[in-house]
Amino acid sequence: MTIVNFTPFSALVGGALIGLAAAGMWWLLGRIAGVSSVLGNAVGAKGSDLMWRLAFIGGLLAAGIVAATMFPDAVHFEMESGYLQAVAAGLLVGIGTNLGGGCTSGHGVCGVSRLSVRSLVATGAFMASGFVIVFVMRHLL
Amino acid sequence: MSRALISLLCGLIFGVGLIVGQMTNPAKVIGFLDFSGQWDPSLAFVMAGAVAVFSIAYRLALRRHVPIFEKKFLIPGKTRLDKPLIIGSLIFGVGWGLAGFCPGPAIVSSGFGEPRVWAFVVAMLAGMLVTRALRR
Repeated sequence: MTIVNFTPFSALVGGALIGLAAAGMWWLLGRIAGVSSVLGNAVGAKGSDLMWRLAFIGGLLAAGIVAATMFPDAVHFEMESGYLQAVAAGLLVGIGTNLGGGCTSGHGVCGVSRLSVRSLVATGAFMASGFVIVFVMRHLL
Repeated sequence: MSRALISLLCGLIFGVGLIVGQMTNPAKVIGFLDFSGQWDPSLAFVMAGAVAVFSIAYRLALRRHVPIFEKKFLIPGKTRLDKPLIIGSLIFGVGWGLAGFCPGPAIVSSGFGEPRVWAFVVAMLAGMLVTRALRR
């Protein structure tokens, strides 16, 4: 194993911003900023419940649009997968996060911070299967 | 209205954090998951930064007993480990490693204009909604 492309400083700063945003949602609105749940439960939600969910998703999307149009040099993006792989992966992420009740943000950041046993187990599980699938794709196929 | 504005701002900061930490770069995510080859440990630092801030804020906030603009904290109620949690998380990890996207970064990078990301997001939403419908 060799270490490559390591960017610890920007990683820590980015992480701290994510933590800050999650802290804002929690402190001000009492909500866990778990993206898969915010998004999945937006469908069928009504009134103010729908509004805050859409607003949060809108903020995420706005960050992407603003960054790509106004600060393109700050955006690093390299995607290998084609359409078929992207669709298959999307389906698995959708199915898995719904069954598992969370993703990298809800379980991985918020749940781990709360020391929730369910989230610690979920995070271990998705990290493990992520490592395995990348190993299979990169080194066995 | 102010609640929606707070959510929007938090979503924006969250998205900027994902971009700065390069969670929105699939090659970077897969580089992190490629443990046995040339490993890029950066994403562990993204997680560490986020957990460091949130674990303190979470506990400080709970001292007040109520959030500032809502009546109560919505603490996730489930505590038992069950099969859907473990199987679902394993399935999620496979999808995550396959394309290098988890839900938040996928939404943020839909704004980069790459149609393959839109395909991922549409499939992800379909997966969520079909699973939810079948579980009811």
